[in-house]
Amino acid sequence: MKENLYKSIRLTLALLVFLSGVYTIVILGFSKAFAPGGGSIRLLNPSGSNTGGLNIGQAFSENKYFWGRPSAVNYDASASAGSNKGPTNPEYLVVVRKRIDTFLVKNPGINRNDIPSELVTASGSGLDPHISRRAAEIQIPRVAKERNIPEKELQNLVDTNLEGPDLGIFGTERINLLKLNASLDKLPK
Amino acid sequence: MQISEIVLIFAANLIAAIPLGRLMAKVFEGEKNFFDFISPVENFLFRFSGIDSKKEMSWKEFLTALMTINLIWFVYAFVMLMIQGSLPLNPDGNPSMSPDLAFNTAISFLVNCNLQHYSGETGATYFSQIFVLMFLQFVSAATGIAAFAGLLRGLKEKSGDTLGNFYNYFVKSLTRILLPLCIAVAVILALRGVPMTFEGKFSITTLEGIEQTISQGPVAAFMAIKHIGTNGGGFFGANASHPLENPDPITNAILLFSQVVIPIGCIFTMGYYLRRKKLSYVILGVMTLGMLCLLIPTVNSETGGNPMITEMGIAQPLGNMEGKEVRFGPTSSAYWSIVTTVISTGSVNSMHDSFMPLSGAMQMLGMMTNAFYGGVGVGMLNYFVFLIIAVFVSGLMIGRTPEFLGKKIEAREMKIATIVALIHPMMILTGTAVSTYIVTNFPELTWKIKPSGWLNNPGYHGFSEMLYEFTSAAANNGSGFEGLADNNFFWNYSTGIVLFLGRFIPIIGPIAIAGMLGRKIRIPESPGSLNTENATFGIMTFAVIVIIAALSFFPALALGPFAELLSIK
Repeated sequence: MKENLYKSIRLTLALLVFLSGVYTIVILGFSKAFAPGGGSIRLLNPSGSNTGGLNIGQAFSENKYFWGRPSAVNYDASASAGSNKGPTNPEYLVVVRKRIDTFLVKNPGINRNDIPSELVTASGSGLDPHISRRAAEIQIPRVAKERNIPEKELQNLVDTNLEGPDLGIFGTERINLLKLNASLDKLPK
Repeated sequence: MQISEIVLIFAANLIAAIPLGRLMAKVFEGEKNFFDFISPVENFLFRFSGIDSKKEMSWKEFLTALMTINLIWFVYAFVMLMIQGSLPLNPDGNPSMSPDLAFNTAISFLVNCNLQHYSGETGATYFSQIFVLMFLQFVSAATGIAAFAGLLRGLKEKSGDTLGNFYNYFVKSLTRILLPLCIAVAVILALRGVPMTFEGKFSITTLEGIEQTISQGPVAAFMAIKHIGTNGGGFFGANASHPLENPDPITNAILLFSQVVIPIGCIFTMGYYLRRKKLSYVILGVMTLGMLCLLIPTVNSETGGNPMITEMGIAQPLGNMEGKEVRFGPTSSAYWSIVTTVISTGSVNSMHDSFMPLSGAMQMLGMMTNAFYGGVGVGMLNYFVFLIIAVFVSGLMIGRTPEFLGKKIEAREMKIATIVALIHPMMILTGTAVSTYIVTNFPELTWKIKPSGWLNNPGYHGFSEMLYEFTSAAANNGSGFEGLADNNFFWNYSTGIVLFLGRFIPIIGPIAIAGMLGRKIRIPESPGSLNTENATFGIMTFAVIVIIAALSFFPALALGPFAELLSIK
């Protein structure tokens, strides 16, 4: 037992250096040299003012922007979390109902059954950067009216921002909301 | 449909598991293999620690070595987590953990579970993430693989007293299996934009002019071992649903692949090592059948959407999206949720608490059986227990001496196997019963969080949250119905104890059996011996698993997810 204790302590020390030290430094060095952004978070317009984390969702509530999904943490990227609401929780269902009503009020002319559920349900991370094509398209009339742009132009913008499924198989067809909204701001007035 | 995505990932796993299984068998046997060039490093580690890696150990010596080094890791982790706030590598100024949280976290990472009653962004420093938690992710995985190697040795032994050398298996699992795979995965993740930095959080201004603070850290290195070692503890609170841990469907596929590759590899290792490939195929068949029985209902109910939301008149083109990310979609999220529960990873790319009731039941069943693939190494140990019971029951049924691989299974082995198999439901059901009793009878106890505030959902689903937590702890899984307010005295200590027993009893039991079997003289197989390498025996094992594990839990599941399911009109 005592002999084992001694061996265990020495082996633990050696492995701390080997695993937590050497392995970490190797991956760190590799990232610095080869990863996009040298291992830090990828940003939209890294040097410009109009910035944001490319993969980090942002809260959008103004009419002139496309809106993303509800977030349990209000897009706080230092406290990620989902709502953890169960599918039959009555309070939760009331919240969803309210979100639908609000959406209908702010987007007149939309049919209730055109709203895809991801626009009224919170994501797992609270930072979901994406929405589906359908979720973007039903917002086109509102954004077009607010910005005084023809709807067709916005439809083009939505189409050019479509990505996925990756390699034709992996994941869903989706739109990065930050990219889409940033390109809105770049449109000539 | 994204079914093709799942099929592709699983097929890749099967193909990769074959060479990996062979490599692992060679490493365990000490045969020449590709990684021999690394032996100077291993020899240095042995010499530095004063270990003779060639010394043969009896099963008792094997377990003593295993338990001693685990004890050292526990003490180290417990102390470090309680003083992390004053250690270096803490740019965000996160505080030290309270004793109960440090106790739970240290055990949880020690036992390859990663239950996580804290959130990474605010609850752990970079020092803890890398030098405590990631370290434990490596060594706990290697401990499981080493125990598996010891088991194999006992089964192969003609009539000897030893299981090989624990340190030898342990170190070589790290240097030749875990580390190479982790480097490959971490490199790909880094290239796809998973951060790897020791800078602290920073702020940006959003398009709408709001300040947003973004946490980052050395994520890529951590993510690799988290999945390769079937640990599952997230760097961030939201685990692999967080866009920095798992930025796109490609990384999602890689992480899915990485958590399955060693567990399936272990099945083939058994076949190569024991020179019984057919045994591997039977085990693979039983496990895959079990996984599919859980997967199909889950995919079905998630893509079908939430009927309570359908009632509101909106569309659910993707499916049930509460707690899920758009980039992955419900099919891939459903697959992940079953993989992570049968394999005891416990990482999530969507929030299990918000899955449909039937899916929740399937996730729990995955952990309750805990024998379909299972965690690295230990999954095979769990399955071995059921296998022994199946051999014994079959022997009784057809009136033959129960034998496995030419070794007689007698009362002593059978007693151990039964205890290991029954302690799992006992811990889960007792734990859930106690917590339910406290919630219903003492809701206003003046603890940090009153029991009345534990549950995030009312009714049946609230019960499921508690049942899930103990199931996850006993199965060393680590996922959760995260609505449960679990960072407090009761949950930290109760699940901490369950975690410990749920890890070491299923290691000690099978290793003891292996040691006893190793010592027995091999009886040559005859037409009279029980054939354990055909479909009939596979079905028999499956039936034993269903009867013991699943049926023990049926009443509890009926009170939770099934009652909730029936309450949906």
